[in-house]
Amino acid sequence: MKGAYLDNSATTPPHPEVLDLMSRVQEQFFGNPSAIHYKGIEAKRIITAARRQVANVLGVREQEIIFTSGGTEANNLAICGAARRNRKRGDHLVTTAFEHHSTINCFRYLEKEGFRASYLPVDASGMIDLEMLQHEIGPATTLVSIIHVNNEIGTILPLTAIGRIIKTKNPRTLFHVDAVQSFARLTLDPEGWQADLISCSSHKIHGPKGAGCLWVKRGTPLDPLLHGGGQEAGLRSGTENTAALAGFGLAARISGSAQGKKETAFVTLKRTFLKRLEESGIDFSVNGPEPEKAAPHIINLAFPGIKAEMLLHALEEKQVYVSAGSACHSRHPEPSHVLKAIGLKDDLLTGSLRFSFSILNDLDEITLAAKETTDAVEYLRSLFK
Amino acid sequence: MSRRTVYMDHSATTPVREEVVEAMLPFYHELFGNPSSIHAPGRTVRRAVEEAREKTALALGAEPGEIFFTAGGTESNNITLRGAAKKRGEPGHIITSSIEHHAVLDVCSELAAEGHRVTFLPVDQYGRVSIDQLQEAITPDTFLISIMAANNEIGTLQPISAIGEVARERKILFHTDAVQIAGQLPIDLKKLNVDFLSLSAHKFNGPKGIGALYVRKGAKVTPLYSGGGQERKLRPGTENVPGIVGLSRAMELAVAEIKDKKKRLEALRYKMITGLMAIDETILNGHPEERLPNNVNVSFKHVEGEAVLLSLDLEGIAASSGSACSSGSLDPSHVLRAIGLDHPTAHGSIRFSLGWGNTEEDVDYLLEVIPRVVNNLRRISPTYRTNGSRKE
Ligand SMILES: Cc1ncc(COP(=O)(O)O)c(C=O)c1O
Ligand SMILES: Cc1ncc(COP(=O)(O)O)c(C=O)c1O
Repeated sequence: MKGAYLDNSATTPPHPEVLDLMSRVQEQFFGNPSAIHYKGIEAKRIITAARRQVANVLGVREQEIIFTSGGTEANNLAICGAARRNRKRGDHLVTTAFEHHSTINCFRYLEKEGFRASYLPVDASGMIDLEMLQHEIGPATTLVSIIHVNNEIGTILPLTAIGRIIKTKNPRTLFHVDAVQSFARLTLDPEGWQADLISCSSHKIHGPKGAGCLWVKRGTPLDPLLHGGGQEAGLRSGTENTAALAGFGLAARISGSAQGKKETAFVTLKRTFLKRLEESGIDFSVNGPEPEKAAPHIINLAFPGIKAEMLLHALEEKQVYVSAGSACHSRHPEPSHVLKAIGLKDDLLTGSLRFSFSILNDLDEITLAAKETTDAVEYLRSLFK
Repeated sequence: MSRRTVYMDHSATTPVREEVVEAMLPFYHELFGNPSSIHAPGRTVRRAVEEAREKTALALGAEPGEIFFTAGGTESNNITLRGAAKKRGEPGHIITSSIEHHAVLDVCSELAAEGHRVTFLPVDQYGRVSIDQLQEAITPDTFLISIMAANNEIGTLQPISAIGEVARERKILFHTDAVQIAGQLPIDLKKLNVDFLSLSAHKFNGPKGIGALYVRKGAKVTPLYSGGGQERKLRPGTENVPGIVGLSRAMELAVAEIKDKKKRLEALRYKMITGLMAIDETILNGHPEERLPNNVNVSFKHVEGEAVLLSLDLEGIAASSGSACSSGSLDPSHVLRAIGLDHPTAHGSIRFSLGWGNTEEDVDYLLEVIPRVVNNLRRISPTYRTNGSRKE
């Protein structure tokens, strides 16, 4: 592709190896993994291999990986499944104000079912107040759900400290982590976090759409959302999508290998991008955490006085693709709940863009994107002078 | 090793057709965008999703706005049943049949545990529900009827059109699990009084992990998942675009070829049934005529179906006993018990399901292999001897 695709937090292009594997699986291993004949057994084996690959990247036991159709389903299964299953023990749930909509809307839904929910506010960098967290957790708190890396501004939440607070205050409170934006890019530490449930999605790590997983620590009490044939240890019925799961497994392995080196590569991309923009002299500011403290693959910038959508379309003409708000809501031009949560005011709220990188981006693309952004910003400002 | 392989388990799942793969491929490569993104890569993909919706609607006689893409048949069924119950709010009455797929039965059992009343209609020896019994089961608080269009184990077709009439008259929502019938027999939603219809692409030579739910305009359910606003909020989550495109292409192909395929499969089915019934003490399960063109389900008395399956597998023939998803379990199938088979007979049943790619030679090969397999197993069967039946 000419130009630069910098919307990798919305979705990523699949790895070529992943596509090769998927077409082979689709062709040769089409059997139903639950069938007991040869075609079934060989399909089952493919899924087992994928499960092992995903488990290895997460550093967990493979039996604890429940495959789903994506991150949204994984979050729904974790949150609704844990809340409902543990209702006898308590009706209180905790999350933050800047989660992905699949988490926030689960909480809203559960509130309608009679649960009580606390939404922890975040500061300008997207950080929650740990004392407030500690204060919120009580004997009736059955679940805390916290995003690892925020998808719009890249805040990395201090999950080890959060986990310690949760488990010290109430050892029976379950801890769910939405790791959709960090899995196979940053190092995940389920044990150190004392997490019980972790959501991941395939299409954010150069795997296919329509696959994801929920890690369910052994013994975690959870109700299924889908009933039926009892696949995935009874937690997720439905014929398994063998090809997509195989693709997910391989994508996890490829994206998750040499993580340290890749983090450095992301850091270089981000630093270069910011440096070029600073050199250009245009007026912009960084939303959320300091760039060096945030996830290396996400940066959210505000361009005062400019409408984000106009800038987005101007960049698009140069084949530079970015996003305003998160993808799933970017068709509804309401200001982002994340940017509102970190306290951005009107002008910046509607003048912010997210740039998100992947391991397939190179420095040339970054330089091009910085140049096109500069040109577009200058052009738009000249129009409205 | 040039072992002959014959795949006769198309009701469990089907291979994806070349044309379908071709249609999907661009959406893995250059068209990988997220359909919710407002930039050009996103918009192009959004258009493809909407075109797929139009094609799917056209194939079913529905409006595009009535088609929702899901992650498969199980999810479509779960969304409908749980969503209709949730929408209603207060406890009520649901009517289903005793031979539904677990993706309906188990949700119904859950709903019963949560306070709804559920009637599981019995079926006759062929697996058909009776319209009279349906009428009698209806009470003032009945809000949903869920009856499958075709059964996945014995292939029996239900009188969907008559059930729809009853539902319309009594103002009750009607859902049909059409996972097995889609792509096999024509579905015209303009003529059927159906409010919800579930289907799954991997049963008609499309990809796995993608399904559709038809929701008649005006019919309402509460969504199962919360999240972004995808699929007009009924099914949030980043869309499985290649899957959606694959489903619509597979549907288009299936519908275009439906008449020829039906004729071809019925001829193969006839030959198979005739051949299998020539083995003594063999019973045909399901309805003699009102059945899917691709389904053959027989019980060989005095043998274990699983043993037959394994022997067939060694000969390169893939078939199934019970439905795929419960093959791991030892309980005889709930469907075979519902049509009145005793345990030993149910245990001796095998489902052969034909599909795209099966030939007359495949059937010849099966008919050549199977008498030997069954007779070998019967030779070591205690009941076969004590019955004093003929020995070889
Ligand atoms: C943080 C986060 N959680 C969950 C999701 C949902 O994942 P999916 O698109 O696979 O349903 C996304 C992406 O859309 C995300 O960024
Ligand atoms: C009648 C019927 N309904 C529902 C399903 C579930 O479909 P899926 O496996 O695509 O979720 C199946 C197949 O497994 C089926 O045969």
